[in-house]
Amino acid sequence: MSDYPQVLFKNRIPGQTVFLKGYEKTGGYEGLRIALRDTPQEVTEHVKNSGLRGRGGAGFPTGVKWSFFPVDEKGEKYLVCNGDEMEPGTYKDRLLILADPHQLVEGMIIAAYALQAPVGYIFLRYAYEDCSRVVAKAIAEAEAAGYLGRDILGSGFSFELHLHRSAGRYILGEETALLTGLEGRRPYPRAKPPFPAQSGLFGRPTNVNNVETFANVPHILRNGNAWYQELSGPENSPGTKLFGLSGHFKRTRCFELPLGITLREVVKEYGGGIRGGKRFKACLPGGASTPYLTADHLDVAMDFDPLEKVESRLGTAGVTAFDEDTCMLAVSCNVNRFFVRESCGWCTPCREGLQMVSWLLEKIEAGRGTEDDLTMLHDQYRNISGRSFCALAEGAMAPLGALLRLFEEELRDHIRQGSCPFV
Amino acid sequence: MPATEVNTMHDLLPKPEVEKLRAKAAEIDHPHEMIVDVLRAIQDHHGWVPDEGVQLTAAILGVTPVEVDELATFYDKIYRRPVGRKVIHVCDSVCCWATGTDKIVEHLRQQLGIDPGQTSADGMFTLLPTCCLGVCGDAPAMMIGLTTYGPLTVEDIDRILEQERRGATAAEKIDS
Repeated sequence: MSDYPQVLFKNRIPGQTVFLKGYEKTGGYEGLRIALRDTPQEVTEHVKNSGLRGRGGAGFPTGVKWSFFPVDEKGEKYLVCNGDEMEPGTYKDRLLILADPHQLVEGMIIAAYALQAPVGYIFLRYAYEDCSRVVAKAIAEAEAAGYLGRDILGSGFSFELHLHRSAGRYILGEETALLTGLEGRRPYPRAKPPFPAQSGLFGRPTNVNNVETFANVPHILRNGNAWYQELSGPENSPGTKLFGLSGHFKRTRCFELPLGITLREVVKEYGGGIRGGKRFKACLPGGASTPYLTADHLDVAMDFDPLEKVESRLGTAGVTAFDEDTCMLAVSCNVNRFFVRESCGWCTPCREGLQMVSWLLEKIEAGRGTEDDLTMLHDQYRNISGRSFCALAEGAMAPLGALLRLFEEELRDHIRQGSCPFV
Repeated sequence: MPATEVNTMHDLLPKPEVEKLRAKAAEIDHPHEMIVDVLRAIQDHHGWVPDEGVQLTAAILGVTPVEVDELATFYDKIYRRPVGRKVIHVCDSVCCWATGTDKIVEHLRQQLGIDPGQTSADGMFTLLPTCCLGVCGDAPAMMIGLTTYGPLTVEDIDRILEQERRGATAAEKIDS
């Protein structure tokens, strides 16, 4: 394993949390002091120039998103942190919060200043009770130290930050569903446009970012853009990324690595290869809603653009590996069931279409499938893709599309043999 | 099945807590945003949310019962039916599936004598599946109450069940 620079995990000691004192000792809240010396527009410009891309899955440039925000609009404006991490294979935000929670709090204060948003919410999923205790303590510490609340560090800027503990359901990770959930209404997603920057929480301008995205901001302010861009390779996505490994890897841990590292290095050096001396067959590179990669993709750079070139996505960089004995159809049966169960039921392609996909996948896996079923599976894929109300069904189509593209022969083997060849 | 009789609002949530929530709701512009908080408070105290809990939430926040139930029936961690003293949520998403959820569920079924969706005869545990718990590096995993356990082996489960059972009994003694 190489000695890559550690930024988000630099204070990480497994099993322990670094609170305010330890955070300040390693440069904590220096980024905020620097930001407050600049104008809000200058802070946004700085984050834009850093090249930071959103860490929640879509990879949209953070500073560009901020630049769409109506900073000068009067009245309530909101800043929201999406901590609903529920993408199967993804656990990086939990570890980030448990290791060093003030990075998130400081990042949100800086963002709130840049966007002139006086109120913020951290939205945490139900299962992250440990994180919610840690975040509540970090907020209280930041308030007591004058980093949060009225007239922050004498700047005249005020920001209050609230913690919302949710009660389950994957759809809350979709940003408009999350906002509706925060409002206390049944959390169906909303049509876009209008985007949250125009009409978000309570119909007011709102900016939503992921936990890891916010956590990068203080470091960028404190160390500068040149430093940030040197953290990773030549592609246009600088910085480090938290890669959470799971599935059949020998080591299923979370590592902070430079963006652009090859899949081979992730698998061999960090994952330690596959359990039981088996061979690597495939992986979900960034959660259950990203298209599979196979052993043919080992030299691909784990970065936003290079992965799109091979018809996949970096997503959350939660890499789930499957060994050579795994039936990829069985994997897809499991993954699609997840999306069926977590569909909010609002739109027909998702509510009905995903059910149909599960029925077809499970029929073929059970050895009762025909060529017609395979044709129908292709039809479903084509007809659901791009036709659902939000990104949930789109996410479900990602691994299905890859299954049909990369493993169609395996599906045919099930049909020919009348049973699963991997059992 | 501990079909607790609900006679008074007090059974759902102690009066001081009701007052505290009511005061907080009066301070904020959008009381709806507290619906999940109040439902969770009732569930923490009462174990699950009966119809009266939905009505109480509506009364505390000055919203309609329908607005509350729209949320209560949406979130899978709000229980609208009686559950055991502790709810076991076994993760069946892809990382846990790949590392042996099936064996974990099978063992729990045998130990507790119930299928997923049911409550053990002594009223202690309800067994439910859940989607990804966000501990994929420690798969296979489960959550009992708000405590997450993983990576699990069949042997771990016996020890954890025993420990959770003792914890519940101890808490009962303190309560009474």
